[in-house]
Amino acid sequence: MTPIRDGGVRPAGVTAQGWAWRHAGRPRPAVQGLNLDIRAGERVLLLGPSGAGKSTLLHALAGVLGDTNDDGGEAGDSDESGSLLIDGQPPRAQRGRAGLMQQDPETQVILSRLGDDVAFGAENLAVPPAEIWTRVHEALDDVGLGHLPLDHPTSALSGGQKQRLALAGILAMRPGIILLDEPTANLDPAGVLEVRDAVGRCLEKTGATLVVVEHRVAVWKDLVDRIVVLQPGASNDGAVLIDGPPDLVLEQAKEMLIRAGVWVPGHVPATRQRGSAAALPPGTAGTGQLLLAAEKLAVSRERPRRRGFKKLPPTPVQTGISAQVRAGEALTVTGPNGSGKSTFALTLAGLLKPVAGAVSATLELSAGAGIDPYKWKAEQLISRIGTVFQEPEHQFVTGRVLDELLFGPRHLGHGEERVDELLERLRLTSLVDANPYTLSGGEKRRLSVATVLAAHPQVLVLDEPTFGQDATTWAELASFLSELLDAGAAVVSVTHDQEFSSVLGGTELAMGTPEMAAS
Amino acid sequence: MREALTLRSESLLSRANPLAKFAAVFLITLVLALSIDWVSATVALGFELLLFPLAGLTPLLLWQRGWPLIIAAALGGWSTAILAPDAGRILLDVGIWSISAGSLELGLGFMLRGLAIALPAVLLMSCTDPTDLADALAQKAKLPHRFVLGTLAAMRLVGLMAEEWQTIGMARRARGVGSRGTPLQRLRATLGQSFGLLVQAIRRASRLAVTMEARGFGGAQRTWARESTYSRLDVWVLVGGTVIAAAAVTAAIGAGTWNLVWASTGYPHNT
Repeated sequence: MTPIRDGGVRPAGVTAQGWAWRHAGRPRPAVQGLNLDIRAGERVLLLGPSGAGKSTLLHALAGVLGDTNDDGGEAGDSDESGSLLIDGQPPRAQRGRAGLMQQDPETQVILSRLGDDVAFGAENLAVPPAEIWTRVHEALDDVGLGHLPLDHPTSALSGGQKQRLALAGILAMRPGIILLDEPTANLDPAGVLEVRDAVGRCLEKTGATLVVVEHRVAVWKDLVDRIVVLQPGASNDGAVLIDGPPDLVLEQAKEMLIRAGVWVPGHVPATRQRGSAAALPPGTAGTGQLLLAAEKLAVSRERPRRRGFKKLPPTPVQTGISAQVRAGEALTVTGPNGSGKSTFALTLAGLLKPVAGAVSATLELSAGAGIDPYKWKAEQLISRIGTVFQEPEHQFVTGRVLDELLFGPRHLGHGEERVDELLERLRLTSLVDANPYTLSGGEKRRLSVATVLAAHPQVLVLDEPTFGQDATTWAELASFLSELLDAGAAVVSVTHDQEFSSVLGGTELAMGTPEMAAS
Repeated sequence: MREALTLRSESLLSRANPLAKFAAVFLITLVLALSIDWVSATVALGFELLLFPLAGLTPLLLWQRGWPLIIAAALGGWSTAILAPDAGRILLDVGIWSISAGSLELGLGFMLRGLAIALPAVLLMSCTDPTDLADALAQKAKLPHRFVLGTLAAMRLVGLMAEEWQTIGMARRARGVGSRGTPLQRLRATLGQSFGLLVQAIRRASRLAVTMEARGFGGAQRTWARESTYSRLDVWVLVGGTVIAAAAVTAAIGAGTWNLVWASTGYPHNT
């Protein structure tokens, strides 16, 4: 490839004609019959239900489709038909013409020093070294990271900063088209705006074409000038369902978009209201019964470290946390990233040892297992406190959805009859034989909640349960949890999502400053 | 791990080319590997300790970074002193353990040699940034850049994997998989956790590979924003390494303790 030497950006146009792609080992194509023209400099928001092939299209435009898919498999027998071109050329033949940002901030960072990471793409395009450093400084300024030294460690950046760093690395290649694949799905609200604004500034300056995939329309609506809605590839009448200016599409296709799980601005998905269930079933703990209490807790994920012969205690990320968990009541833990919300939740759930202070279970919850949940055996823990992790895959222990659900009850020796009800309730019945790792994001989330509930815990702890979820999964989850609360369970959730916490009600524990009490 | 990977130090030796440092350390190690005697090891060790301030290391930092190696060297020396065949005057005799003048000398030589070989490695790691090393390997040693940069990027993920291991362990306990219990149960839990980690590692690695490819990685031509260069400092580093190695050999031959490993019968001849 010849390096781009003029210093400017030439916006790229996209043409797709009857384009189709089937991943290796999949029976159906991910995208089929795609006809789409994107003019140079246009800004497009790509919407559609999961499985509509949005990511596949972005990967194809970035020229990285076909080497490996997300499952790490080699794509030996994938199929392509029709044509997908950038400026009339196949994307693969134009290294550096398109720049791609993916969802997981950790895998968007390549090198350990800030400046080196930004320079990486330009180096690969054989840009002369002196010009690379000019581009690096310019790109870092453009994304608002110019105040950091070039040897700043990339591991010390926040999620939003990492995504902005990735954007800088892309800008240093001077691409004609920028492709963003759910760039803010893993970020807190502040991080989302940081990244969105940085993208906006860079587009203003370079005039590059933009294609962004994102569930949350409100974030990107004002930045794009066109919305394209894709539908799953198996249909015959073409891959593009709707195409037009944002306001028009949102007005005309509102109902359809809502059904497809898209977060339409100004619309909060309908959820079940708290307290509308019938009276508590007999035998459940009465509402308001204290189950679990945290007393002046100091929390940390670190274990004691060794320095020579000396043992250093871990440095707590948060201290002096007191909170109470009561039957039938929700506790929402909020606060900025790094304030120790998740660490607190994991400590409360008996998974981390408190650095100081204590977590104590009342007799109502412990039922003879002892006062300290951290000391409970795993089987004792899951039937009392269930924890749903942010990343569902971390909790999968078998290779089949049904086995996943039966795992807890089998270990406990009871409760298998509840599994059918959970399958039904969380719409997993048709997936019983599937491998959990092959499910969509929403299905994985529903499965991870179902597996934990199969052990029938009285306390449910959820870490960012709504992160990156579409509106349909969000509404199902919120309704389901409000039902559990009315049935007498206690729900502790770590979340940035205010709408979610208002559905659940209860108390809020705001982290950030020490000595917060939730009563 | 992560802390070590992003280590920045502004010491004199951190500015030298990693390949020159490697060559110097190699020379010293080679000489020390040739002979088991306490004179050459002591001379080399003495010089090395003088060099540590140049790498920005204080005795305390040295102990914190290298304590496992230092303890291993001491243990190695102790067990050699006990187990080597006796020669010369018996100094200590407790049951099956006996230390003679000969075995003590051999043990001491072992310990000093262990230290003299281990410390340059600690020194090298604490004044060499992995990125600079990769630059030197690709640009100066002409190793394939795909391999070098791929390894460098993967090393970043190793640090993340340590965190991931802890998270998966907790996530599995929350599913009822105990990591406590009988050794067999613990082994089974560890295997399951390893599998979970492997799945996550492969996913992360393939996403990272996509990121790198999308940034144009893998082409035949490439420029280097950080040019790896040799300077006058590197000449001094090489000279330093040669002087230490030569001094160690000369001193040992002069003292009559030079004792080639393959000519050795297991204990020094000249006691």
